[in-house]
Amino acid sequence: MNNPAVICHKVDKTFQQGELAVHALSGVDLEIASGGFVCLSGPSGSGKTTLLNMIGGLDRPSGGEITVADLRIDRMRMSELAELRLHHIGFVFQAYNLIPVLNARENVEFVMQLQGVAAAKRHALAMDILEEVGLKGMEERRPGELSGGQQQRVAVARAIVSKPALILADEPTANLDSATAEKLMQQMRDLNTHIGTTFVISTHDKLVMSYAKRLIKLHDGKIVDDIAQQ
Amino acid sequence: MTNTTTLLAWRNIWRHPRRTLLTIAAMVFADVLLIFMLGLQLGQYRMMIDNSLAIFTGQMQVQADGYNDEPYMYRTIPAADALAEDIRARTQLEAVATRGYGFALVSSETRTLGAQISGVDPQFEPRVSTLPGLIKQGRYLDGKADNEIVIGSTLARNLRIEPGDELTILGSGRDGSMAATVTPVVGIYESGNRDMDRMMLSMPLDTFRDVFSMGDTAHSIVIGGERERADRIATGAQAALADKDSLVLLDWETLMPGLKQAIQADFTSAWFMYAVLIILVAFGMLNTMLMSVLERTHEFGILLALGVGHGKLGRMIVTESAVLATTGMLIGILIGAVVVGYYLVNGFTYPGMEAMGERFNIPSVLRPEVSLRSLLPGPLAVFLATMLASLYPILHMRKLRPTEALQAV
Repeated sequence: MNNPAVICHKVDKTFQQGELAVHALSGVDLEIASGGFVCLSGPSGSGKTTLLNMIGGLDRPSGGEITVADLRIDRMRMSELAELRLHHIGFVFQAYNLIPVLNARENVEFVMQLQGVAAAKRHALAMDILEEVGLKGMEERRPGELSGGQQQRVAVARAIVSKPALILADEPTANLDSATAEKLMQQMRDLNTHIGTTFVISTHDKLVMSYAKRLIKLHDGKIVDDIAQQ
Repeated sequence: MTNTTTLLAWRNIWRHPRRTLLTIAAMVFADVLLIFMLGLQLGQYRMMIDNSLAIFTGQMQVQADGYNDEPYMYRTIPAADALAEDIRARTQLEAVATRGYGFALVSSETRTLGAQISGVDPQFEPRVSTLPGLIKQGRYLDGKADNEIVIGSTLARNLRIEPGDELTILGSGRDGSMAATVTPVVGIYESGNRDMDRMMLSMPLDTFRDVFSMGDTAHSIVIGGERERADRIATGAQAALADKDSLVLLDWETLMPGLKQAIQADFTSAWFMYAVLIILVAFGMLNTMLMSVLERTHEFGILLALGVGHGKLGRMIVTESAVLATTGMLIGILIGAVVVGYYLVNGFTYPGMEAMGERFNIPSVLRPEVSLRSLLPGPLAVFLATMLASLYPILHMRKLRPTEALQAV
C-alpha cells in the first residue's frame, strides 16, 4: 500500500495582525491518501487556502508537522521547498497566475524547462496537453489575449503537464462559467483516475465538491467534518 | 538554448520598451559625455605636456648624476658635443642639442637683476625648443656671431632694454673663476612661461663655455622627438651612455615633476565630477530596476510557487541589469568613439584659443585622445555602477515569501 500523499499532524498557523493574533489553523490533523481527490470546503476565513499553502510549502506552520511525499516539509529550508514544489507539486490558482510575458505554450513548458526537460520533448508535451484542454491553435497567445476560462485551462495544463504526484488547486473554478468549470473538473478527475495524481482542492463551488471522493469541511481553522463520497 | 532566466529577463526588459529605451539612452548619454570629456581632458594634458616640453625641456635629457636635484656648475657632461653626436647617430634623431646653464647678475644701464643664462647650440636648439620661434622683437641667435644674447620679455622690461642694447653679465665660472662679459641683446622672446620670460637669457654655447670656463663640457643634452617614439629614443640614448656611469638619462616626468603633479591633481578633481555623473546614472538605474521588481512582486510569487528559487530570481534580475548595462555600454562606446574620432580629425576649439595658439606658437585646436584609456574607463564605471544598483532590488526580492508575494496586486 502506498504511503499517504499528505500528513498533517496538529498543524497550527497564527498570523500576527498588529497586536492581534489570528489563528488561521488550530491543531489540524489530516491524512490524504495517494490518488485521493479531496475537496476542502468552508466559509471564507475558515483556513482552506492557508492549509493548502502549508501543504504546498508556500508558507510555514506555526506549529505541528507536515509530511509531503514522505518528507517533513515544516523543517525544510526555502530552497528545499522550492525544489519540492518544482518536482512534486503542481499548483492551480484562483487568479490563474500565468506569467504574462510568456505565451500559453511557454507557460506550460516553463516548469519542464526548470526541471531540465529537453526542448523538443517539452515542446511536444506542451502542444499535446494544450490540445487536450481544448486550446489547440491558441498556443502562441499570451495570457492577455486569452479569456479567463482559457487562462485557467493553461494554468491546469501547466500544473499537470509534468505529472506531479500532488496537485493543489485553490478555487480553480471561481472565475469560470459553469460549462467551462464542468469541463475543467472532468479533466482533473480523468487525470486522477488514469494517472493517479492526488488532488487537493479548496472550493466554495458545489460542482467541484460533487466531483470529490472526499470532502473535508473547515470552520475557524479546524476540521469540522470529513465525508467520503462516491 | 535559451535558458529560463535569460528568456524571462529578455521578455521583461521589453515589457516596457519606452522605459527600457530611456534607461539605455541615459547610460549612452553618460558614456558619450564621459568619453568626450575624458578624451578632451587627456588630449589637453597631452597638448599641455607637449607644449611645455617643446618650449625648452625636451622629451628627455642627459645630465650628470645629481645635477637635476642640485644643479652645481661643476656637475657637467664631459665631451658633450661628441656624446650628442653619438646620440644623434644611435637614435637617428637630429633633435639633440647641448646646453650649459649658469646663474649671473645681469646689468643694463639702469638696473641689475639675477638671471639664468643658457648656453645653446644655435644649429640644433631650434630642433628641441620652440623658443626660437617665439621672438617678439629682434631675432634669435643665428650662429654667425659669437657674442649675442636673447632675453625673456619680462626680464627685458624689468631691465628696461631693447634689442641693440648691451648687457653686462657677472657670475661664477665652473672652476670658481669670475665669469664676466658684455654682450648685445639681439632679440626678446615671449614664451608664455612666466619664469622663463622673467628669468632666462640664451647665448651661443661656445660663448657660454668661454665665459663660464666650461671647456668642452655641458650641463645637459636635450633630446626632442615625438613622445610616441620616446621609448625607442631612450633605448638609443641609453646605449650611448653605456660606459658613462656618471651620466643619467632623465625623462620628462623627472625633469618636470610639477607638471606631472598638476596633471594628476587636475585629473583627480575631474573624477569627482565624473563620479557625480556616474552616481546619477546609477540612481536612475536603481529606480528603474526597483520599479521593475516592485511591480512584478506578484509574478515573483508565481515563480516562487512554481519552484523557482530565490537564487534564480536574483540571476534573472542581474541578467536584466547586465543586458541593459551592456547594451548601454556598447552603444555608448560606439557613439563616443565616433564623437571623439570626429574631433580628433577636425579639432576642437573654443573662443580665444586660436589667438593664444598664434601668440605662443602652440596648436590652436585641441584634439581629444582616442585610446582605450579614454574610451573604456567611463563606460566601465557606468556599467559597474549599474550592476551595483541592481543589488538593492535583489536584496529586496530575497526577503519575499511566496504567499506574501502572491497577495501583492
